[in-house]
Amino acid sequence: MAHAHAAMRPPAQAEPGAGVYTEKLGMWVFLGSEVMFFTALIGSYIILRFAHPVAWATPGQILNVPVTAVNTFLLICSSVTMVKAFAAIQEGDQRMLRFWLAATVIIGATFVSVQVFEYLQLAREGFLPSGYVPGSHLAESAETGAAYEGGAPLPHSVGLYGSTFYTMTGFHGFHVTMGVVCLTFVTVKAFRGGYTVQDHRGVEVIGLYWHFVDLVWIILFTIVYLI
Amino acid sequence: MATTAATFDQVSHANVDTRSFLRKYVFSTDHKTIGIQFLILSLFFLAVGGLLAMMMRWQLGFPGQAMPGGGVLPDTMAPGGILLPEFYNALVSMHGTFMVFFAIMPLLVGVFANFLIPLKIGAPDMAFPRLNMASFWIAVPAGLLMMAGFFVEGGAAGAGWTMYVPLSADPEYSGVSAGQTLWCMSIAVLGLSSILGSTNYITTIINLRAPGMGWFRMPLSIWALFITAILTVLAIPILSGAAIMLLFDQTLGTHFFLPAEGGQPLLWQHLFWFFGHPEVYILILPAMGMVSDVIANGSRKPIFGYHSMVFAIMAIGFLGWIVWGHHMFQSGMNPTLGMSFMISTLLIAVPSAIKTFNWLGTMWRGNIRFHVPMLHAIAFVAMFVIGGLSGVFMASTPVDIYIHDTYFIVAHIHYVLFGGSLFAIFAGIVFWYPKMFGRMMSESWGKVHFFLTFVFYNLTFFPMHQLGLGGHMRRIYDPTEYEFLQPLQGMNQFISISAFLLFATQIIFAANFILSWFRGKKVSENPWEDTGLEWTTPSPAPHGNWPTTPTVYQAPYEFSHPQEQTKDFVMQTDKLPTTSPAGGPADR
Repeated sequence: MAHAHAAMRPPAQAEPGAGVYTEKLGMWVFLGSEVMFFTALIGSYIILRFAHPVAWATPGQILNVPVTAVNTFLLICSSVTMVKAFAAIQEGDQRMLRFWLAATVIIGATFVSVQVFEYLQLAREGFLPSGYVPGSHLAESAETGAAYEGGAPLPHSVGLYGSTFYTMTGFHGFHVTMGVVCLTFVTVKAFRGGYTVQDHRGVEVIGLYWHFVDLVWIILFTIVYLI
Repeated sequence: MATTAATFDQVSHANVDTRSFLRKYVFSTDHKTIGIQFLILSLFFLAVGGLLAMMMRWQLGFPGQAMPGGGVLPDTMAPGGILLPEFYNALVSMHGTFMVFFAIMPLLVGVFANFLIPLKIGAPDMAFPRLNMASFWIAVPAGLLMMAGFFVEGGAAGAGWTMYVPLSADPEYSGVSAGQTLWCMSIAVLGLSSILGSTNYITTIINLRAPGMGWFRMPLSIWALFITAILTVLAIPILSGAAIMLLFDQTLGTHFFLPAEGGQPLLWQHLFWFFGHPEVYILILPAMGMVSDVIANGSRKPIFGYHSMVFAIMAIGFLGWIVWGHHMFQSGMNPTLGMSFMISTLLIAVPSAIKTFNWLGTMWRGNIRFHVPMLHAIAFVAMFVIGGLSGVFMASTPVDIYIHDTYFIVAHIHYVLFGGSLFAIFAGIVFWYPKMFGRMMSESWGKVHFFLTFVFYNLTFFPMHQLGLGGHMRRIYDPTEYEFLQPLQGMNQFISISAFLLFATQIIFAANFILSWFRGKKVSENPWEDTGLEWTTPSPAPHGNWPTTPTVYQAPYEFSHPQEQTKDFVMQTDKLPTTSPAGGPADR
């Protein structure tokens, strides 16, 4: 990719820096900060779960794994469309740039919508950040101590489960939403012809963010839903 | 160079500044204006934090007596002028919060990183000027949220600036509900401001240095701000995450820190101090950097051991990540773990001592000019030594068990934060004031302010060591309630009176600051005869800083250079007969 950037950068007016253009460097630094933010959430999750494993239900009992697995697949697809958009503008293909950017926005928005739908569904069943809703279907099943839907009985309380689930997936969803907002701006700019073969920094920088958000989700999906 | 000038013209309007009033002074993207905005904001919070401390000192020195002027406070704070215990808790918490997050941190990072980085590395502005503006205008609502705590039911947050749970998580314990929530929101918002700012500083320093400004030609202030920005970018998100989890515990009923359903109160302490110890170095490294600049200037000598200074900054920055447990020796920690935290903490004494001896080595046999910034810088070195040595006491577990949570800790933190950071901030403000406003602050009033501050500061904080060793607990409302503390009450009164005089002395600084803005002596480019790039542009520096990008030929502190006979300093942009060409390998 170096050849494309050599063309888009102004001639060297400064000491040799990081070897990448400023916007990209800034995004890398910001992503470093984001890594630490998710580290705080995931690290807390690890500590809380190891110290108090009884608050976690068997995977798939409360959370809808198949739907989220499809959603995960969608988000990974959106990373592919993001790469296709970047590859298109490197070739100078404005039409495909617009197509793939729009596809990324739509898939990203779909992911968030499915997550909202999932939250509403869980709330209806009686699973909230504070734990079971008293009197709900889940709370009553937990009280009986009987096998739940053919599996192990539900934990007596799922306070920590709810706390960590909603906080981690919620903040990820917030990041995806922010990404969709920024991508929408990039897409609008692309429809106005704002990116060229020489200068398409905006596409690459938002792409970095988008891949990061995607990567975080793969980790979260594994530790929150699957184990 | 032709291409340099062409790209530079896009941002530089040194002669034709066509920005509207709002764009120039309010929603400015100019790093110098943003720095000055941060200066005014953080000096305001410094005054607020100081005022809160005065009320605390009244209560500690004269418990149960009506505070002069206390009648203006509502009955929920001080009925009849006598402070309520709940209000005292809020005072303690908000004094710490304002001073750490809204005064010292923005003074060092918001003000001087913004103002100095582009000027000292030869850049026309920050890498992301609009992001820079956003970072200031996000900090303002964060400050307002924090201030709002005093005006809501239940008062401001009262669980100490460290917000230990469960006290901070459940209103049942502290009696404060809205104030605690506002604290968490404010800190999360302020965190975003810090992250945006620091992302900018790192990117700017890496990618925007002028030709010839190699890594080891950067002034130590820039090195310190660079390492500080890295610490900020990595540490602040931990605090943001913790504050948000605490906020959810308070508002959404989550269970992160409350033990009833398996939450972990100690988790908060780990998260807070994992942020909190790098934060300590965020609060002192920029001060060390600026002091290095000022001491080289005042001693008219190159800084002693420049490279070791740089590596010491890096070592402190790294060690800061692996010592957080020394804040938690009394939390029931495994003694083996405590031992490793003790050793890593004591290791920090090594780079700190390297810096201290290098400052002394710089001054040694120098042709010292005792101007006001130099006086503050020397005071910084002296006070940092005292604060650093008292830190060694707390770092060793056997001593810490005895002095934990006593006034010894209060003395230590004020020796490093006031005696260290704040003296460096005074040095920095006086030193770069002419570049900010084009005028000098009064030298004689500056000296009066310095000497009175130095004396009253020591009278205020030194006796606190003795109070602490006498068993005086930190954060208590009324020391006379304890029989064993009654003999020490005279010392408490002495500290309080010294503190009032210390606060009053700062009025001199405020008056000097404001009056010099309009009536100070006008100056040319380089009033301090310094070597840095910022002194090659007019005072105040114009929008865009230089008409063409400067080229750097010299190391940062070429004072009393043997090849320069006419003056005792060589600017970084000066070319001497034997200077290797810009960008040459000679001194990298």
